[in-house]
Formats: sequence, C-alpha cells, structure tokens
Amino acid sequence: MFDPTIVNMLLSGIRDTVYMTLASTLLGYLFGLPMGILLAVTDKDGIKPNALVYKVLDVIINITRSVPFLILLILLIPFTRFLVGKSYGSTATIVPLVVAAAPYIARMVESSLKEVDSGVIEAARSMGASDFAIIFNVMLVEARASLIIGATISIGTVLGYSAMAGTVGGGGLGDIAVRYGYHRWQTDIMMVTVALLVLLFQIFQTIGMKIASKLDKRK
Amino acid sequence: MSEIEIKHLTKTFDREGLVVEALKDINLRIEAGDIYGIIGMSGAGKSTLVRCLNYLEKPTSGQVVISGQDLGTLSERELRKRRSDIAMIFQHFNLLMQKNVLDNVRFPLLLQKVDKRKSKERARELLRLVGLSEKEKAYPAQLSGGQKQRVAIARALASNPNILLCDEATSALDPQTTASILDLLKQINGDLGITIVLITHQMAVVRKICNRVAILEHGVLVENGSVEEIFNHPKSRAARELLLRDLPEYGENGSMPERLDRMQAGRKLRIVFSGHSAFEPIIANLVLACHAPVNILRADTKNVGGYAKGEMILGLPDDRRLQREMESYLKEKGVEIEEVIGDV
Repeated sequence: MFDPTIVNMLLSGIRDTVYMTLASTLLGYLFGLPMGILLAVTDKDGIKPNALVYKVLDVIINITRSVPFLILLILLIPFTRFLVGKSYGSTATIVPLVVAAAPYIARMVESSLKEVDSGVIEAARSMGASDFAIIFNVMLVEARASLIIGATISIGTVLGYSAMAGTVGGGGLGDIAVRYGYHRWQTDIMMVTVALLVLLFQIFQTIGMKIASKLDKRK
Repeated sequence: MSEIEIKHLTKTFDREGLVVEALKDINLRIEAGDIYGIIGMSGAGKSTLVRCLNYLEKPTSGQVVISGQDLGTLSERELRKRRSDIAMIFQHFNLLMQKNVLDNVRFPLLLQKVDKRKSKERARELLRLVGLSEKEKAYPAQLSGGQKQRVAIARALASNPNILLCDEATSALDPQTTASILDLLKQINGDLGITIVLITHQMAVVRKICNRVAILEHGVLVENGSVEEIFNHPKSRAARELLLRDLPEYGENGSMPERLDRMQAGRKLRIVFSGHSAFEPIIANLVLACHAPVNILRADTKNVGGYAKGEMILGLPDDRRLQREMESYLKEKGVEIEEVIGDV
C-alpha cells in the first residue's frame, strides 16, 4: 500500500490541505475581522451603536452562513473561475472557503470583542480615548486570548470545509479520501487520510490553545 | 472661579419608553482643592452625576463648567482632550487585564502619544508615589483589590489632571484597605493640589477625608455644605438616615429597622454638643436638675475634621411639663437640640 507514489500523493495532499486551510483562514480574517469589529461597535451596546449598519451586516452574514458549504462551492464556480481562471485545484478552492469563512470569523470576532469589560472601555473613554483608540488599544488587546481561541476554532472549521471541497476536485487530503476511499473502495488509504486530517486538526488546535493561554494574563 | 460648577443640571433616561429622571435641577459649586463628597443611597443618581462631570454622560439640560469652560460647548475632539484633565477611578478599578502594571499606568500617555521613554519614566514615578514600585511587571490579576486601586490612581494621575473623580472607589475594598486608599487620596489632594470629587454611599468615607459634602436623594440634591455642618445639623431626612447608618453598632447592613422600632416610643431629642460641653456631664446634671430619668437611645462621639463631636438621641419622659423643662435646661447649657420625628 505504501509505495512511493502513494506516499508522495499523501505528502502533497498534506501540503495542499495546510495551504488551503491557512490561506483561507488568513484571507477570511482579512474580511471577517473588520466585519466582526464593525458588528461589535455598531451593536446597540457597542461604542457607536448604529442599527442600520448592524442589521445589514447581520443579514448578509446570516444568509452566507445558512447556505450549505457544498452548495456555496457550486454556486461560486463562475466567480471562482473569474478570479482564479479555473474552478478546480487547491488555489481555486480558497475562493469559496474564504466566502464561507469570513462571516463565520466575523461572528467569532464579534463575540470575542463583546466579552471585553465595559468598565475598561469606560475608563479609556474617561482618559480621552477616541473610538479608534478604544477599538485598537483596548478592545482588540483585551480580547486577544479570546480572539486567538476563535481563530483556532475557525481554522478547524476551514480544515473541515477544505476536506469537503475535495468532493468537487478541490485537492488536498479530502480529495484523496474521496477519490480512493469512495470511488475506488480503497478503505486503507481513506483511513490513512482521515487519520492525517485528525492529526492536522490536533496540531492546529494544540498550537492555537497554547498561544491563547500564553497571551492571557487574567490568571 | 470655581473649579467645577454645576448649573441646573438634569438628566433623564429613556429606557424603552419609560422615562426616568435620574437627576433633577442640580446646582453645585466645587472649589479648587476641595475633597467634595457626594453621598446618597444606591439609585440616588450619584454615579450619573459624576459621569456628567466629564461628559461620559451628557446632561439632558443644564451646564457643567470646569474652570470656566462649559463642557457642553466643546466638540467631541475638544472634549476628549479636556478629559485628560479630569481623571477618574472606579469601584471595580477597570484596569486593562492584559497589560502589566507599568503599561496600565502608561496607558493615558500612550493615548496622548507621549514618547515611550518619557512615559515609562513618568509611570515609574507614579508607582513610587502609590507605593507599588516593585510591582511594575505584575499583571492586575496578580494584585489585591487595594493594589489594583493604587494602580488605577497612578494611572489617573499620569496625565497631570486637576480633578480626580472617584466613583465608589473604596466600595469593593475591606475597611483597612479603604482607610489606606483614603489616606492616599488625601495625600494626593494635599501634595498635588488635585480637586477630588468622591461618590460614595458610606458616611464614614466622607467623614474621613471630605471637607464638603452634598447629599443626593432620588436625583435631588437635598443638602450640601461643610462636612462639620452636615454632621452637626443634618437638616434633611436623607442626611440623618445616612448618619444613622454610619454608626458602628449597625455595621454595614446592620439591623436598623429593629433599632428604629425601639426608638419610636415617646418623644425624642437629638442633642449635639461640641467643644467644652463634651466634657461636662450634661445628661447626669439634667437628670439631677429635673428629677426625672431620660433614656439614652443612642450616643456616639466622632472625630469630625479634627474636633471631637458628640451626638445623642434622648428619649424623654411622657410628661409634657418635664419635657419643656429639660429642653430649656439643655438650651441654657448651650447644647444644640432638635426634635427627632418619625423613624429617624
């Protein structure tokens, strides 16, 4: 079973999965972080309540989040083709992954920022802090441990999605598991890829939690 | 020019259609160098009032004038700048939990973009002032309540404010720590000349450090004046209630209702004596002169602003003639008397 071609295939599968997961999460934060901040700030208990902005974002996020990922993947094929030039392979898969991850990440960020003690924000305000300073010097700093935990959870979710993307030619470990395990009935290879996915998940989770706990000075 | 002048200040909150008048036509002058206590039961509007002083809450109407400048006329940007002059400390300290002590104290300077070396120097100087030099690397979670409040005080002083607002700053602390924090505030007031406005529900706090006090009840400023005046001649019901609650025998949440019940019977007089009369056996002489016993319902001597002050509530005999006789005897002795009515 473990002839060099298969080992090579598994190794490139790991590489593709890690690439998709990290790139998608990173790009997801590029959009999700500002959205999450905007949600926390414009919420009715936020530092600059704005019902309209909040509602619009809220609806967009809810719609995106309620579409099943597999459907999103298919719906986005024209868009992906427009952006990347093709609709298969790991780079192409990043597009739907980011579209799915960004609203998820926005919610994670929103809930982390809402945990910040309103007393600390009030104290900063009493010192003459601007809204900008409150967001960047108080909220994001005070919530950093929670934000890292959120990022860890998000990476896990994106990893799961990336495996799902394998079913439509997304590449990576999920792709291998589907092609060999499902289409060719090679259960052993499927089991190995699943084990590798579990291992990757564990590694991301452990590293994330370690960083979060190291950064958290509340204990 | 007063340091702080509050003119016809009102504040109403509209909570889902329910309009609450938190502050009603407050007028108050606080002079530079004062330690001004604002005292009231919970829900009296003290916290709202103190937040109006730095415009964390915008008054519904009226003015807050800080050293001649009406805060209501300032733009958002000017107001933020002005706030660096009006520092504030809180009941729950409100320190940044993810920053160490030194960075917490530096925080206001960071907001003002003071350079790092200078701000560190200033922060260390302030930590020395509050006696926490050796804790600069510690995080707030590793400190006791009293130490946290000291850090908060150092942080408040970082921007060289003229005014320090204290919102129930000692309410989360035990009595011993409270005393040390109050000493520190007094020292800051004395050494740096910072005007302190102190919100509290404890008369003991006012007695210990304030020179002036205002009493707030249901959003109305019912009485204000020098601490000595209010302690000796409390005119409002709220003031008397707060004074009574402050008696050590009742403790924090003492069994007041029961005590008050016992005091309902008969006619009662509050007598206040000061100066030489505190050393004269007035009550004993009164009993000898009138040939009738009195019931001492309550007695307490306090140190008010360095003077020993005595205060008692006497239960008089039912005989109207005896009562009049006793009253005139006391007046003759130069003791201030006042009838105690109802449940106070």
